[in-house]
Amino acid sequence: MNAVDTALAPKPAVRLISGNHACALGALAAGCRFFAGYPITPSSEIAERLSRLLPEVDGVFVQMEDEIASIAAVIGASMGGVKALTATSGPGFSLKQENIGYAAGAEIPCVIVNVMRGGPSTGMPTRPAQGDIMQARWGSHGDYPIVVLAPASVREIYDETMRAFDLAETCRTPVVLLYDQVIAQLAETVELGDTSDLARTERKWASGPRAAYQPYAADEDGIPAMSRPGAGYRVHTTGLNHAENGFPTQNPEAVARNLGRLLTKLDRHRDAIDSWQTINCDDAEVLIVAIGISARAATRALDIARARGVRAGLFRPITLWPFPETALREVAARARAVLVPEMNAGQLSLEVERILGGKRVEGMHRFNGEPITPAEIAARAESLAKAALAKETR
Amino acid sequence: MIVDSAAAFDVRDYLRQEMMPHFLCPGCGHGIALRALLWAIHEQGIDKDTLAVVSGIGCAGRLSAYIDANTFHVTHGRPLAYATGLALARPDLHVVVITGDGDCLAIGGNHLIHACRRNLKLTCLMLNNEVYGMTGGQVSPTTSESRLTSTTPHGNAEPRFDACALAAAAGASFVGREGTRHVPKLKELIRSGLVHPGFAFVEVLSDCTEIFGRKNELGSSPEMMLRQKSELRPSAYRDTVDTPFRSNDLPTGILTKTERPEYGAAYRKAAAAQRASMAKASAAKSAAAPAKGTP
Repeated sequence: MNAVDTALAPKPAVRLISGNHACALGALAAGCRFFAGYPITPSSEIAERLSRLLPEVDGVFVQMEDEIASIAAVIGASMGGVKALTATSGPGFSLKQENIGYAAGAEIPCVIVNVMRGGPSTGMPTRPAQGDIMQARWGSHGDYPIVVLAPASVREIYDETMRAFDLAETCRTPVVLLYDQVIAQLAETVELGDTSDLARTERKWASGPRAAYQPYAADEDGIPAMSRPGAGYRVHTTGLNHAENGFPTQNPEAVARNLGRLLTKLDRHRDAIDSWQTINCDDAEVLIVAIGISARAATRALDIARARGVRAGLFRPITLWPFPETALREVAARARAVLVPEMNAGQLSLEVERILGGKRVEGMHRFNGEPITPAEIAARAESLAKAALAKETR
Repeated sequence: MIVDSAAAFDVRDYLRQEMMPHFLCPGCGHGIALRALLWAIHEQGIDKDTLAVVSGIGCAGRLSAYIDANTFHVTHGRPLAYATGLALARPDLHVVVITGDGDCLAIGGNHLIHACRRNLKLTCLMLNNEVYGMTGGQVSPTTSESRLTSTTPHGNAEPRFDACALAAAAGASFVGREGTRHVPKLKELIRSGLVHPGFAFVEVLSDCTEIFGRKNELGSSPEMMLRQKSELRPSAYRDTVDTPFRSNDLPTGILTKTERPEYGAAYRKAAAAQRASMAKASAAKSAAAPAKGTP
């Protein structure tokens, strides 16, 4: 093994690492070769790891002057054709939003990690929260597509970081990895295989004569081929609404056509984007919908509830946005009640209510920095099941 | 695609003809500044295919769209940050930033001082027209004292930034200033910036005739250009108090030029050293341990 491979092939195969460490390793395995960031709790370990690991693989790490500069540098690196990552937490994620919108509109692939901590404002930097579920989807101005992945374990952070890069490249979109402080700093044993021969997804590059190339003319899959600076295409990239030729336009037809394509492009890739987990849903009378640490607690709560005779099941979106709504509808159709435990004042529950239109969705909200416990979720599921049964037998 | 640099400069070789006519107002200095930049690029023999121009928002920001190169029109105030990522990731590209006084000194001020400090090879052209022209003529960080703008109806009471002094104080290794009235001198200054092995900050005094000039009754474009003469002062004159130059007002020419390590090269050198020492350690380890299965 040569020195360049050491960052890519973790040794030994079974390791005790934190979620943030797994994120750094997953990024390298996915081919990320640029990181720009700004220190912020509880995501800084990703930057610290990559400041050591990226030079090993001829990549670049840079600590920028602020959060906005970090996302800007990441988009700049990706414009140059290099897979790029930044990591932050709530306050920094808010600062990055304008430029995340730029990446979405100009269709520049990039990955943004947001480790959720207490909010609003400075909030509780060392305490977990899940208050950025809506910000991750709607934080930038205007209409735009975005993919948000919500891993719930150290191993899953590793896998989803790799998938985040694959989706960013194939769909030419920013992808947000959204997880909470507990998952970020939790250490778990994971087995990481040799990734040196992993097939890595590359974005679709422009080919053919310059005269025939339209930088925003999409193929059947809704994704335009990107040109690499230096390849001779000499195109213009802008955050202004643009036509297929990449230049600004205010022509209503051209704007509607191009923005329309942008806003629906992810629909053609839902098979690759959508991801969720179901546990014990086949006979569930109470369906729990949760992400991150709340989903971990809910998983344990299923056993407690079932021991008490309550048939509880869990639907866990791994891809949070676009929400796997068809899958949720199918699973929820069989349930008497739906419970959404989350560490905020009610965000995921709003989306679940919208999707299940009319069905009673019970929110279980906590925003004091303490994770919701399995016993609490189980008790709530039990009371919901009893209430639903009483209503039906009345 | 390299245009023969020995051939006479023809600005049309570097412009996107399909973007004409341009959107600049009659009398605007930005077209002159753009021509000087393209002339310098031509004389320097920079390949259009490896030229990347990153610009922000505002009148200056719109110039990138006219240049036949890899052009990136990014968010307000952030072109230096985008360019930092691009230049670090792609050291083979020649990265030029075009920004305005509001873009560079107000909303993007933090990126400027850190780019000066970091000394990554970038050429930053700041077109200073003393006003936010695109949004209708509001006061900017470089608006002269007592000038009328759409947000200083009684005259600007804030002192202006001396952008070159700011850049030099922040550690920029190349700082220069010129007005649009001296195109060959401006071209030479930009050319010096393009070849400088580090961060080069070039301020261009460029007149906004239509909005700033009209509001302050500064006359036509030629009259405003003549006025540059009374505001600008070749640095060679030093402290000489002399008409028609205003004493110690904005000096022109190369104001700072120092040699210090270029950030990208320094980073890559340290990274290569890290890889070499790891390879050495790995080789020593495998030499010490006998290969598995050997008797």
